[in-house]
Amino acid sequence: MSSVAKVQTKPSINRRPKWQRMGAGGYTLLGLATFLSIFPFYWMFIVASNGTDEISKIPPTLLPGPRFFTVVSNVYEALPQFNQALLNTFYVGTLVAVAQVFFSAIAGFAFAKLNFRGQRFMVLFVILTMMLPSQLGIIPLYILMGEIGFIDSLNALIVPALVTAFGVFWMRQVIDAQVPNELLESASIDGAGVFRAYWSLVLPIIAQSSFVLGLFSFLATWNDFLWPLLVLQSPENFTAQVAVNQLKSSYAIDYALNMGGAFLSTAPLIVLFIFVGRRLVRGVMDGAVKG
Amino acid sequence: MSQTAVSRKTNKPPSPWKPAKPPKKLNNPGAVLSLNGKWGYLFTAPFFVMFLIFGLAPIVYSVYIAFFNWDALGTKEFIGIANFVELVADDRFWNALVNTIDIWLLSTIPMLILSIGLAAILHNPHLRGSTFWRTILLVPNITSVLAIAIVFGQLFGRDFGMVNLIIGSLGFEHIDFIQGTTSSHVAIATMIVWRWTGYNALIFLAAMLAIPGELYESASLDGANKWKQFIYVTLPSLRNTITFVLIVGTIGGLQVFAEPLILGGSYNGGDSGQFSTLTLFLFDQAFVAYKWGYAAAVGIMITVIVAVVSFINFVITRRLTGDSK
Repeated sequence: MSSVAKVQTKPSINRRPKWQRMGAGGYTLLGLATFLSIFPFYWMFIVASNGTDEISKIPPTLLPGPRFFTVVSNVYEALPQFNQALLNTFYVGTLVAVAQVFFSAIAGFAFAKLNFRGQRFMVLFVILTMMLPSQLGIIPLYILMGEIGFIDSLNALIVPALVTAFGVFWMRQVIDAQVPNELLESASIDGAGVFRAYWSLVLPIIAQSSFVLGLFSFLATWNDFLWPLLVLQSPENFTAQVAVNQLKSSYAIDYALNMGGAFLSTAPLIVLFIFVGRRLVRGVMDGAVKG
Repeated sequence: MSQTAVSRKTNKPPSPWKPAKPPKKLNNPGAVLSLNGKWGYLFTAPFFVMFLIFGLAPIVYSVYIAFFNWDALGTKEFIGIANFVELVADDRFWNALVNTIDIWLLSTIPMLILSIGLAAILHNPHLRGSTFWRTILLVPNITSVLAIAIVFGQLFGRDFGMVNLIIGSLGFEHIDFIQGTTSSHVAIATMIVWRWTGYNALIFLAAMLAIPGELYESASLDGANKWKQFIYVTLPSLRNTITFVLIVGTIGGLQVFAEPLILGGSYNGGDSGQFSTLTLFLFDQAFVAYKWGYAAAVGIMITVIVAVVSFINFVITRRLTGDSK
């Protein structure tokens, strides 16, 4: 009965699956998923603002406490160079994001729209490259970093990450799907060279997708943990993740201190996500259809 | 330079509205032929140069040193396949392999079911606030493993962890998650599921939105209810996406290390190696024991295992979902 009413009131969605009206069950499940997604962040703040003692009670407190700024100052006391670490992370992340977008876009453009010998083999090569476990070459890479003097330098995080197979493949898919061949053909007949066609036609079309790729590169760099831990040694070169990890190795686990550090290193990402979350969602979903 | 090259090229076809199909074989069927393809080499060169130096060369070198007794102090002695022989007899390797596969199964299967279920809910055209729900689901994916492992480590704590408080209030004994084998795997798998379910739900949702509405219309004309439509229309259409998610999940899942590393605070994966994984074992050998040759051999084994499991995955998914067509 309800389905009849539905079809009459909303004829525009006729072509969509004629499932029953979205029930309370669906919203409950989504509400639960939302709760589970958010809770660890909330808990980070609860522990950081209450202190370990308050949390080690039964039942534990579930509301923010008054000690947040005390814990923050404790974090800065344990990590005097934490601001520097945040700056380092921001610097590396931004540089890697810009470089990845630039190099991936030009290579992706070539693979999607240019006809040159070996093109097919090269694309296959890029795809195969993505399948290789990233840890396979980590020892020689570490040795190489030592040879070229990149140990304990942010260059060790930047230079090997300037362009990745994933980025190139992603941009190829994007340009293939979004840039019509006719547009480039008519431009080149009007006398535009490869560079001008790329600069004035391709780039404006792929700006959105490039931004999403840049965001993902930035997030991945920000959150990278093991490689920075291996190659960085002095506190003034630490990234935020390595710095927070130092809180752990002091002595007995101080949960408030650890969660305070985790909170401070995550908060910038949450702020960023509030502004760009919707674009990231679109990016993930766009990539999915073609992948 | 590019100008002359292009104009030479555009002069060749007699008229723009009759594009001459070149008789020779095309290297790139989707290419714009009026653009000079030679520039492709320049445009792709940065990627290939960088990959050669920082990707391929280290991998090749890794294969090379796997045949040596090679350590950080400078020992370099060719020993043939001795590293591999030692590896096959090493209990720590098999322990790590079993743990890795256990964690992978414990995370992949619930993650797949939950993300397809969430996607099905999000796929409902009557859902209000769909952008909001989609965005929230992506939040876990942007956080660092380190921050999350710190939080989950506390939540799974033996005495005051939230999980154990709930278990206790239900009248059961507290579980020492970190010390147990299966329980520590559950804790690690929970982190992985938490991180990836929303992301994969979005991927499945995108695939569901691409299913033609006519399929559902004709199914409902045939009297298929909501559940049957899901089984006979939605699931078979997701075949490629499931394969894709599984293969990506396998490549990542068999290399899991960050969660156990942070949970245990060291490369040994718990006091008795109860949650040591293959990649963790590699790092332990490379950067604690400094046995680089041996660690390189572990890396090669991981690659072989990833390839084999991915292939089996691929075949099984094809089998399971292929006959419905």
